[in-house]
Amino acid sequence: MTDIYRALADPTRRIILDELSKREGQTLFELCGRLAMAHKLTSSRQAVSQHLAVLEEVGLVRTERQGRTKLHWFDGSPLKTIVTRWPIPEGKPRS
Amino acid sequence: MRINILGILVDDQQKALRFYTEVLGFQKKTEMPMGEFSWLTVVSSEDPDGVELSLEPAQHPAVKPFRDALMADGIPWTSFAVDNAQAEYEKLKAKDVRFLQPPVDHGTVVTAVLDDTCGNLIQICEEKDKS
Repeated sequence: MTDIYRALADPTRRIILDELSKREGQTLFELCGRLAMAHKLTSSRQAVSQHLAVLEEVGLVRTERQGRTKLHWFDGSPLKTIVTRWPIPEGKPRS
Repeated sequence: MRINILGILVDDQQKALRFYTEVLGFQKKTEMPMGEFSWLTVVSSEDPDGVELSLEPAQHPAVKPFRDALMADGIPWTSFAVDNAQAEYEKLKAKDVRFLQPPVDHGTVVTAVLDDTCGNLIQICEEKDKS
């Protein structure tokens, strides 16, 4: 059982979310291209696919089929559980 | 040794010929009937003596699982060079070509991915230092 904290603990998965948030509905191919070109991350497509499965399990990634192609979306709504658990105080932080 | 012909597997050769000539702007080089199918190749109008693209019938039973897997992950097996990816994207969009990926700037290259309507995804690629 994966929770959102474990899903976010991996640096590659955080970069995947960075790239997915840049454009909606990316294919695995596009995402791997972005990881390789912008971040020099040359993980195999299979490895990226496994990262996506972890992120999808906790709801940070949504997928949808368009025709015969699987597309991926970043969905930040599960992050609300973090600020619900530890609310961000109003005003400036105390020093 | 030089590369003279590369193949692409297509669902329907005549439909593919129309797409590759009328939509993408290539020109027919050879059409030789061979039984049920044809030996059918196109070349770039910008380089008519260059590499030929053979529009191969996708009949072999291994083709479907292979192409289904590529299509699911959005992988273009074939890439064409363009001078300006954004301009090409807009020109082809106006012809109702479906793009799976609009132009994305990767630093040294700009790429986009389109559907050839014959079972394949095609990447168009602009190399920035050449444009």
